[in-house]
Order: sequence, then C-alpha cells, then structure tokens
Amino acid sequence: MAVNVITYVFIAIGCFFNMIGSIGLHRFPDVYTRLHAATKCTTFGAIFLIVAVMIQSVNVWVTEGISSPQSVLTLHAFIVLVCILLTNPTGAHAIARAAHRSGIKPARAVVDDLEEERHD
Amino acid sequence: MWLPVAIFLGVCIVIALIRVILGPEAPSRVVGLDTINTLVVVSMVVLGAAFEQVIFIDVAIVYALLSFITTLFIAKYIEKGKF
Repeated sequence: MAVNVITYVFIAIGCFFNMIGSIGLHRFPDVYTRLHAATKCTTFGAIFLIVAVMIQSVNVWVTEGISSPQSVLTLHAFIVLVCILLTNPTGAHAIARAAHRSGIKPARAVVDDLEEERHD
Repeated sequence: MWLPVAIFLGVCIVIALIRVILGPEAPSRVVGLDTINTLVVVSMVVLGAAFEQVIFIDVAIVYALLSFITTLFIAKYIEKGKF
C-alpha cells in the first residue's frame, strides 16, 4: 500500500523533529536559542504528523464514500493545522520580545543592535 | 499505528517538562510551556485518529487557541511586570 508507506514516512519525519525540538530545549544556552530550537522544530513536526493523519483519513474517506465520519475528522484536522500555523510563530515572537524588553541578554553576545536602536 | 506515536509524543512532553522545572529564568519556562502546548495539540489529533473520535480534534482546536492567548498574556506579564 503506497498510502501506508507515505503515512509511515510522514510519521517518522514528524516524530524525529518533535524529538529534536524537545532535546534542543536542553542543549542550548539561553532563551533565544531555546526558542529557535523549540518553536521551529515543533511546528515542522506538528505539520507532518497532522498531514499524516489527514492522508490516512482521506484514504478511508475515499474508500467508504462521502457519508463517512472520516470526512469530519479530515476537515477538523485541517483546521487544527491552520490554527497551529497561525498561533505558534506569533506566540514565539511575543515571548522573544518580552524576554528582550525584560533585560535578558543573549549568551556570549557582544553587539546588541536592537538595544542601540531603542536608545538612539 | 497511532498509539505508539502518542506514547512517543508523551515522552517528548516529559523531556520538555524537565526544562519547565529547571529553567533558570521565567522566559525559559514559558518556552518550555509553549513547546508542551504544541505537543499536546498534536497528540490530541493523533489520539483522535487512533480512537476515531472527532471530539478529540475539536478539543484540540480550542486548546490551541486558548494556549495561544495564555502565551500572549504571560509574555505581556514578563514584559511589564504587571498585567
């Protein structure tokens, strides 16, 4: 089954990137690099896992016909995907701006252009 | 197919929870919390596919939007020191 193979590949990519994001929280030294690792990797992994769910549901939907409950599952999974894509980068940007304005310096940073622009 | 994925995501959530407990300052804890929110939403979708329950995915939509508002409010609190 080609559909099952594609689903397994997408699940593998999604699980790999979610694990990378979780480990990156521990490997990086300060808030900004942790945010970089966690947000980007988890968003990417979430996209692949939800698309895997959608592929599998569309497969059942096509074989069972239009009145299958899998059609509702597919559409709602797509709505979850849109919500994650809209909210996750916005939240990460808000956290980074709050951390910078509350005075936390990046680890081993020498030049801070953002701070110099605020004082000019 | 889907239950091992959900268990794997649970392991990822525990790893991120260690950062929430250890985190040296408040924004690091918020980053860990944001990661946990995303992983919980994804595992709800996966569990909804595993048990073929659409209600799990509806809960995931509401959880995603509410966790976004929570993150924004915590960020505003960290920035100003008050609400």
